[in-house]
Amino acid sequence: MAGFILARIPQAILVLLVVCFLSFLLFAFVGDPVAIMAGQDATLAQRAALRAALGLDKPFYVQFLLYLGRILHGDFGLSYRLGQPVLQLFAVRLPATIELSVTSALLALAVGVPMGVYTGIYRNSWLSRLFLAFSLIGVSLPTFLIGILLILVFSVWLSWLPSFGRGSVVHLGHFWTTGFLTLSGLKALILPAITLGLFQMTLIMRLVRAEMLEVMRSDYIRFAQARGLPKRVIYFGHALRNTLVPVITITGLQLGQIIAFSIVTETVFQWPGVGFLFVQSIAAADIPVLSAYLILMAFVFVLINLIVDLLYYAADPRLRIERRRPVAAR
Amino acid sequence: MSLLDVEKLSVAFPTRRGVLKALDNISFAIAAGEVLGVVGESGAGKSLTGAAIIGLLERPGQISGGRILFEGKRIDDLPQEEMRRIRGRRIGAIFQDPLTTLNPLYTVGRQLAETMQIHLGISGAEARRRAVGWLAQVGIPAPEERIDSYPHEFSGGMRQRVVIALALCAEPRLVIADEPTTALDVSIQAQIIALLKRLARERGTAVMLITHDMGVIAETADRVAVMYAGRIVELGPVARVIRNPAHPYTEGLMASIPTLEEKRGRLAQIEGAMPRLSAIPPGCPFSPRCPKVFARCTEERPELMLAGGTEAACWLFAPTLAEAAHERRGHG
Amino acid sequence: MSASAGQAPAERPPGIGAHPAGPIARFFDSDLWYNFRRSPVAVIAGAVAFLWIVGALFAPWLAPHDPFDLGSLSLSNSFLPPLPLKGSQWAFPLGTDDQGRDMLSAIMYGGRISLVVGFCSVLFAAIVGVSVGLIAGYGGGALDALLMRIADVQLTFPAILIALVVDGIVSAALHQLHEATEIDIIVFAIGISNWPQFARTVRGSTMVERGKDYVLAARVIGISGPRIMLTHILPNVLGPVLVIATINLAVAIVTEATLSFLGVGLPPTNPSLGTLINNGNSYLFSGQWWITIFPGLALVIMVLSINLLGDWLRDALNPRLS
Repeated sequence: MAGFILARIPQAILVLLVVCFLSFLLFAFVGDPVAIMAGQDATLAQRAALRAALGLDKPFYVQFLLYLGRILHGDFGLSYRLGQPVLQLFAVRLPATIELSVTSALLALAVGVPMGVYTGIYRNSWLSRLFLAFSLIGVSLPTFLIGILLILVFSVWLSWLPSFGRGSVVHLGHFWTTGFLTLSGLKALILPAITLGLFQMTLIMRLVRAEMLEVMRSDYIRFAQARGLPKRVIYFGHALRNTLVPVITITGLQLGQIIAFSIVTETVFQWPGVGFLFVQSIAAADIPVLSAYLILMAFVFVLINLIVDLLYYAADPRLRIERRRPVAAR
Repeated sequence: MSLLDVEKLSVAFPTRRGVLKALDNISFAIAAGEVLGVVGESGAGKSLTGAAIIGLLERPGQISGGRILFEGKRIDDLPQEEMRRIRGRRIGAIFQDPLTTLNPLYTVGRQLAETMQIHLGISGAEARRRAVGWLAQVGIPAPEERIDSYPHEFSGGMRQRVVIALALCAEPRLVIADEPTTALDVSIQAQIIALLKRLARERGTAVMLITHDMGVIAETADRVAVMYAGRIVELGPVARVIRNPAHPYTEGLMASIPTLEEKRGRLAQIEGAMPRLSAIPPGCPFSPRCPKVFARCTEERPELMLAGGTEAACWLFAPTLAEAAHERRGHG
Repeated sequence: MSASAGQAPAERPPGIGAHPAGPIARFFDSDLWYNFRRSPVAVIAGAVAFLWIVGALFAPWLAPHDPFDLGSLSLSNSFLPPLPLKGSQWAFPLGTDDQGRDMLSAIMYGGRISLVVGFCSVLFAAIVGVSVGLIAGYGGGALDALLMRIADVQLTFPAILIALVVDGIVSAALHQLHEATEIDIIVFAIGISNWPQFARTVRGSTMVERGKDYVLAARVIGISGPRIMLTHILPNVLGPVLVIATINLAVAIVTEATLSFLGVGLPPTNPSLGTLINNGNSYLFSGQWWITIFPGLALVIMVLSINLLGDWLRDALNPRLS
């Protein structure tokens, strides 16, 4: 187990380093931070002082190492646009993004997996066909359009649910704010969570269905039938368990998709999360926020991949072979 | 009364280009404790016969005629749930490739215990105790330790032993073994066959042994059914069929087996290939390849008829022609 | 998998084969065309996609108005509702936007831009991906390992995020922009985000083909590596590439629309469907839903028909899966 994790750490670190380097390049080549930070009417001496203070007069690799050092201390600089520490901007917005993404992911799994199992088992029932048609439309509907349609119907026409913001939030601990504990917070979460989860839900459904069909054709399912096991045991024990292995992998990667598309959803619903901040920062070429976001995303994705690998390991005993050696053929 | 009676069974596959008859009017019986060998080339319908008996025909294949009786009761038209209770409990099955027939995510002990608990209604602890016993019976060393192993931790031969244990653990009266040794190493094949034969004899379990290996049949079976293009062309006691085959196809099959006694430069071959299901000729399906073909063979379909010590579906043994045939064989 | 290219001529009756048929005649004679005609979903999707493409490509000739001709716009025509509704006009069947622009014409012109961006970025991704896949699969060794590691790392991140970041960064880096470069940038950004899929598939097929006898024979008689890749291996991996390209076209169009909706992609002066939807979004609450919904509908119809065609093509080229 420990060896399994350790083997994956070098690559994870490599990916993080590459992304850090890319976001460092952003600083080095996009815009002149001195010109931006010092303002129009700074003297040459002031500029030189700032240049030295930022370490910009040092050799390239030293600058990179200094940059890495600052990142490790949580110093991502000041936002050009808002003039606040980037770390603080993120800390305030992260809870909103996490609550939205996790809710959407759970929604997508809780609905997508059963639908996939159902359509995989009862291939030709009318309900399966309905689910499949629905999934095809779901895959073809861009996320932002789903959001707009939901707003049009439930906010503009029916006035049932809010179309923007998080509602009222409750402070938990130092910086965490949650929308789970108030009615308006929960109401505000519904439309964004559906918007963000719908695409993934249809994707998970199609994936589970395809895997289920594949597994149902396998020899061990036929053998389980030949052993006279009841359908319930075959479907939900033998077949579903084997379907889980690829489903875990892809669902894990889908979680990454959810975080990426949270940018879109947050923009549609003006959800006060890091994705909305990111879009606003792109428009303003706010490099410190952009680079910090890149590094944060890289970290999240590396973490997701690691967790996926671990779950994979837990779900498939074939990966645990180092424990015992096979009995020799006799 | 026979344990299993298959009467005029036909299996059809409806396709876009018409209905294909994969099994055409086959009849045979298996007595309690008997080992019936079923031989034929691939595509002759051997495995399909097995699948039809345990009610696991793959769609769109379906039984289109005839009936199957087990212990005197019809089982081909049973509702799914009743058929499920028979599978594993009354009729067991062994599949070809042990690498793929075991669920890779469950321990062998769990798969054994689950089968016994479902069919025999015993407790989990009892099922586990018996599972260890079964592993020991099929010759797995250190069964108490190996019971919690996953299939991938066993070799191919060991896995097939586990599959045999799974097929027999609910004490069925009949086991359908579909090419149980084909996927295994030659060195292990004999052990697996011997194991199956011993366990079946000890319990009085009948076996339907499907294989394309005449050697396995010769060693194991009491009687043999020879299949060709979805039909049974010859049926009889193993010794007679091997030593004195009646049907020209069986003759060709026997001539193509290498033996230790006769050292021939080249093995005999049957010219041509088995017809595809969509192009089975009228009359006898073997007629285009048959060295002894005559007019009636291409016109009228022969059913099984007495041919010396066996039954053969060949017009050579038609009552009116029997003399002539005898004559001819004497000359041949 | 890649059978269609190699087998279609062989399956033709000898009589036809005697006459060298042109590529068009050969296409209508092929299994693919036969298969297409027999699938109602594919025919409908194909017809819709065809109409859409014609409408978009010939927008300057087919559209009732020119949405870019500022002289013809009149504010008195702004916010007209679509046809059956009260206050609508026949001249503007899908209504007008805030500036009095005809929505139908704007959608046709916008669809043109969406299509061009989609096609170009898929072409770009395909050229990069196929080249990398061929080189990695044929060359093998350290180069293969390096290229595939890069693809793996990129695949760790969602394509849309990469397109968004690349587009944002390149736009920020090239500060002063004129319109042409904005389209170039978005094509580059979307293309770059999608190449690994092509590379992976082509690499896999190339490795299979490389081991086959005909490639060995070509190597033995001294044909150069690049020539073998282009004349022998490439035609055999085109089937899967076509399937990925079709599905990717839908993805690319959605990605462009998303970027433009976020205000990162194309500017209002050169609006794609995404830009139109973004523009209309501001009027959702004041009741002018058609400014958003019709471009959105046009986008969904386009993407859905391409997706359906892609699904069909995948099944048609992979009989095993159907």
